[in-house]
Amino acid sequence: MAEDVTVRGPEPLQIETDVLIVGGGMAACWAGISAARAGAKVVLVDKGYVGTSGVTATAGPGHWWVSPDGNARKEAIDKRLALAHGLGDPGWMERIIDTTWRVLPTLAKYYRFNINDRGQTAYNALRGPEYLRALRHAAIDAGVTILDQSPALELLLHGDGSVAGVNGVRRQEHRAYAARAGGVILATGGAGFLGGLLGSSTNTGDGHLMAIEAGAELSGMEFSNEYSISPRWNSTRTLIYSWARYFDAEGNELDVLPTNYVLERALVDGPVYALLNECPEGLRKVLTQIQPMTLLPFVRKGITDVYEKPFEVKLFPEGTIRGTGGLRIAGERCETTIPGLFAAGDTATRELIAGATTGGGSPNSAWALTSGLLSGAGAAALAQSRGRRLNSKVRALGTVGLRPRGSVKAVDRRSVLKAAQDEILPLEKNVFRSGDKLRHSLRILESAWRELREHDRAIGTDAVSARETASVVATARLCYTAALTRDERRGMHQREDVPEQKTEQQRRLLIGGLDDVWTRPEASAQWSPSHV
Amino acid sequence: MFELIVRDRCTGCNRCVEVCPTNVLEPGPAGVPIGARVEHCQTCFMCELYCKEDAIYVGPDRDEREPVNEAEIVASGLLGQFRRDSGWDEWESDPSHENQIWQLGPYIQAGGKRSVERVQKRIAERERGVPLKEAASEQAK
Repeated sequence: MAEDVTVRGPEPLQIETDVLIVGGGMAACWAGISAARAGAKVVLVDKGYVGTSGVTATAGPGHWWVSPDGNARKEAIDKRLALAHGLGDPGWMERIIDTTWRVLPTLAKYYRFNINDRGQTAYNALRGPEYLRALRHAAIDAGVTILDQSPALELLLHGDGSVAGVNGVRRQEHRAYAARAGGVILATGGAGFLGGLLGSSTNTGDGHLMAIEAGAELSGMEFSNEYSISPRWNSTRTLIYSWARYFDAEGNELDVLPTNYVLERALVDGPVYALLNECPEGLRKVLTQIQPMTLLPFVRKGITDVYEKPFEVKLFPEGTIRGTGGLRIAGERCETTIPGLFAAGDTATRELIAGATTGGGSPNSAWALTSGLLSGAGAAALAQSRGRRLNSKVRALGTVGLRPRGSVKAVDRRSVLKAAQDEILPLEKNVFRSGDKLRHSLRILESAWRELREHDRAIGTDAVSARETASVVATARLCYTAALTRDERRGMHQREDVPEQKTEQQRRLLIGGLDDVWTRPEASAQWSPSHV
Repeated sequence: MFELIVRDRCTGCNRCVEVCPTNVLEPGPAGVPIGARVEHCQTCFMCELYCKEDAIYVGPDRDEREPVNEAEIVASGLLGQFRRDSGWDEWESDPSHENQIWQLGPYIQAGGKRSVERVQKRIAERERGVPLKEAASEQAK
């Protein structure tokens, strides 16, 4: 049996199921629905609450929505392939467009879709809180057992190297649980480094850490530097900023274009202000009905002339949420490189559908839906063929924060976290990358990692924050190691010290490892990185 | 960040405790939940959305608390604003709060296009040597 060193208190709750899903956003819910409809018994454990957890719940996701008529899909895919800078996969793009088109309308029983100005049902765009509320209902109706406020802490492994379940904690009951399953799906979201992006406080990269402890391969972690604009004091939603004009502190208007980095540069140099006077009347009237959260932080700051007066803005880090890196997808059912372990949504790499450019917004949503469905079906089939294997002896894989390598010491997690964030969050380091800056940051991240790895041991619900802190450090380390290895410019990954995109690096870059991080280009005979 | 729960309104249902994605709240000794871990609040307003009594107030700043006076907040009309604007519960059939999310994509695209055109025009005018102020007033037309 799994050694219960992580939690003290009442006897652990024993959970046995066919399919276990870790996470509670879009991908997790679609996975649950899919696995349950395939006949599996499904348990879903989420750190927060299924309905409010994650970055979709607080947003309004569009989905990649292309009709099968005529040439529309081929054109849409060609357009995305160009943006992917050689790292996309047209087969996967076709699959997510088709699946989304067929499946999203089936949610109509739970979600009241809009009718657009042409009298058509607008299936592609959903409001976050209502979408997740609908998915929760659909999952429960399909037979999924949802355990809210139940973060997973570590994976369990069979002797043959396949994943057997997780250990976690029911954090509001202060009670440990051990969950065993025939198939496990990680849908814990992308890694946002606790940088303040709306909805991302739950997205600390927990699944990434659990996966590398199992020896899983990740891919594309260098594509981890998207940012989104909001007022300085709160990350809201970004619709109105498509109309914004930007000014520096002296009142000079900035020539901000989508990928010219003028805004990023200006924010490195000093405060930047947005002016929304170009927002059309029509939008102003309907804005609250599109995104009820947009104006809330203004109204509550006492700002009533939001369209007339400039206000200070900030770019909030999106990490791998709107970046594209994550667990490597090794099969058509979203298998990872570890047997019995599947990945869905932002936990997985989205290079397949977005390459080196953000799949933010609609491709990512279509991916979350499709990868959820595929992994759910895959895990259900695996559980049906192999069973739950409850008599097999399993091993708990948790390391950092649970089972320190050295002597147990009180670790100041807050300052370790801050040290890591000071490297991974700032625009001047993560957007304007260079070999020297990355090497310097990696030294700091390495020492943060070692501090936690050697000494931190948390018990009870305290283990949740210990593992979150470790996940932030671990994912930041992977991101920067990959960024150092890819010494070229490609998509969102821009190196100041290398002026060009290199043909021989038109490969996905795999990465993994816990204490010794490794990198390797995917199926490449040409590119032998030698810089780490 | 989370600021307060109005005692007179709270029924002690603890729904907010249940739905908070970052586990900020816990049941309080007097039946009213307390902010036990406010430092984890991500200012997502989800507790307000799920509170049918409109008893919760979350301040606008995600990094700093800005303490407010309970009586003033009750009088301000801000309580329940997000739930109403979202058209939840009793507001569900009110057409003035009808969900219009389908307009998101069209407005983002139109805004993006317009902004690019405006900036490109500015750059072109500067290159032609048109003084900035003149260019700005020209654009205003």
